Amino acid sequence: MNFLQQDVPLNWYLLLSAVLFSLGVVGFLIKRNLITVFMSIELMLNAVNLSFVAFAYQWHAVKGQIFVFFVMMVAAAEAAVGLAIIIAVFRARGTLAVDRIDLMKL
Amino acid sequence: MHPILFFLFAGFCLAGAINLLLQTHPINSALSLIVVMTSLAVLYLLLGAEFLFMAQIIVYAGAVMVLFVFVVMLLNAGREERTLGSRAAARVGFPAVVAVLAVLASIILRAQGLDSVHLGTGLTSDPNSSNLVLLSQVLFHELLLPFEVTSVLILIAILGAVALARADGSKVGDAERTSEK
Repeated sequence: MNFLQQDVPLNWYLLLSAVLFSLGVVGFLIKRNLITVFMSIELMLNAVNLSFVAFAYQWHAVKGQIFVFFVMMVAAAEAAVGLAIIIAVFRARGTLAVDRIDLMKL
Repeated sequence: MHPILFFLFAGFCLAGAINLLLQTHPINSALSLIVVMTSLAVLYLLLGAEFLFMAQIIVYAGAVMVLFVFVVMLLNAGREERTLGSRAAARVGFPAVVAVLAVLASIILRAQGLDSVHLGTGLTSDPNSSNLVLLSQVLFHELLLPFEVTSVLILIAILGAVALARADGSKVGDAERTSEK
């Protein structure tokens, strides 16, 4: 019963954030579909937002939460433009596989 | 109550993120990303960020992910083919990920002086104020200009998205010309 009344240490939130960020990086490296690669980037952004909110709690700083708000707005704009680019790439090359979109690869 | 909520939704987060990596169909990845984002919203609520809880659900789990699902369906994205991946990813990428995670985890776990998160306490101890009051005071007084600049950014992003995603301009012109004839 004592466990239920306990407070959660902030370290666990930060650790969760670090693990989610690493999973995002791994997804960015192993996924072979352009859209899922983009989703991994969104996962990384979310993981960083979690640590912003955790640190805002730690230092009672409301600006940390406001920064997350701005990150969300910029991420929404970025998602719109990124998905438009994906549509344009699909129209030009007819595929979403990142292995075949290698025009700029050395 | 708090540890149960934390472990439940942190578990959902991790399960969703791992499922995102394991699924081969983009639509399944998109749906697991929605699970991750919604559980993160609940974690924001536990950390006393009510406004971000709503914004996360509306903006991320709602708008952004609907856009993702819409594009997956529009492009009829099929099952992805498994390839070996690039050599740079295997040689540099994965060791770098493991190293970064190990450094971060050791710093976080050894950090002293971090608070414990107590449910129901926000950023302010004033009973007449709340997180939302505090946040809007800073956002709409001190940071009003950046807030308004964000709307310009979003407008430009909309224009850019429309310009990029619409059909090729010359073809549209041709179609209009032929229809005029």
